[in-house]
Amino acid sequence: MDDAAKLEEFEARIARGEKIEPKDWMPEKYRKQLVRMMSQHAHSEVVGMLPEGNWITRAPSLRRKMALLAKVQDEAGHGLYIYCGAETLGLASRQEMVNDLLAGKAKYSNIFNYPTLSWADMGVIGWLVDGAAIVNQTALAKCSYGPYSRAMIRICKEENFHKKQGFEICVTLSRGTEKQKAMLQDAVNRWWPKTLMMFGPHDSDSPHSGTLLKWGVKQFSNDELRQRWIDMTVPQALQMGLTLPDPDLKYNEQTEHWEIGPIDWDEFYQVINGNGPCNRERLAARNKAFDDGAWVREAALAFAEKRRAAQKEAA
Amino acid sequence: MSDQTQSEWPLWEVFAQPKTGAEHVHCGSVHAPDAEIALQNARDVYARRGEAVSLWVAPSTAFASTSPSDEGPFFDPGQEKIYRHPQFYKIPREVKFR
Repeated sequence: MDDAAKLEEFEARIARGEKIEPKDWMPEKYRKQLVRMMSQHAHSEVVGMLPEGNWITRAPSLRRKMALLAKVQDEAGHGLYIYCGAETLGLASRQEMVNDLLAGKAKYSNIFNYPTLSWADMGVIGWLVDGAAIVNQTALAKCSYGPYSRAMIRICKEENFHKKQGFEICVTLSRGTEKQKAMLQDAVNRWWPKTLMMFGPHDSDSPHSGTLLKWGVKQFSNDELRQRWIDMTVPQALQMGLTLPDPDLKYNEQTEHWEIGPIDWDEFYQVINGNGPCNRERLAARNKAFDDGAWVREAALAFAEKRRAAQKEAA
Repeated sequence: MSDQTQSEWPLWEVFAQPKTGAEHVHCGSVHAPDAEIALQNARDVYARRGEAVSLWVAPSTAFASTSPSDEGPFFDPGQEKIYRHPQFYKIPREVKFR
């Protein structure tokens, strides 16, 4: 079979809703695109541990501290599920992907390049950022690549805990003292515009979407997913007595959708190109964690080798 | 940094049994220097919420698998033998079987 025939068969399988598995034939562009998406996604989970890790020691109660620890541990786990899925594509090992991240050559979700300034940020990140991640990941669970789809199904189940614990924090603060309410409103004001950007550029500025949609790498466009999240989240904000920092926000009775004002894409591109408030700090923290763990990796490997040698001698 | 830290821990495939009596099902892979740490990593990565009562790990390199291009010829013998299914056999209506 020549490549044109293979491509035709590949596209027919996707159109029938079949999943593509690691050893199946796939176009190089599909393989590369998936490695790019999956490694960025895994990096996002790993870097996503940092803004929240920042608050573990300062959580206001033991209950909140346990939840936050468990959430951060889940994020490490999510990173590992996705790295393992990305490795099945055979283009890069986990270490190669991690090396790209550590060297500053890889991208991860822009949202983690902002600081977490108050305890309310822990609630708002769970509610807004994890809520947005669930919308994205629920769509990705239907992705045509089997290992990615399976990782997403596993992750979505766990993300629901992340979102709910965040929402619980927000609701608690929204019914608290005036100071707590103000702290929550301030966090919402900072995170709302950034969460809108998490879904990526508008469809009109997203040139690769066509092929990705056809090959089932993406199931919905950026704007569709963003709208789904807005419609879900605005009523929750209003319910808590919060305002959203967008004077143009209004409900359209005809379309039954909430409409938003313009998004500041200049800021988005500034941050994605390394000029956000925390880009350098995040990379430095990842590099430090990797370097500090070097002796553990080395010792475990040396121990395993020593034990293998001893077993061989005994045999 | 020494070469050793750059040489990645080998890959292990992980299988989890959700409850006794069920089959072990493949759930992903982990990197680990040996089987013992592979099991610990598999627990931390794939069984944080009681998803398993038992875990198996094996080096990824130990697995052999069919390839998609053999799919037809390799599995055909199983497709064409309809006499392996009970539906193939006809019993007259008047004869009680069940």
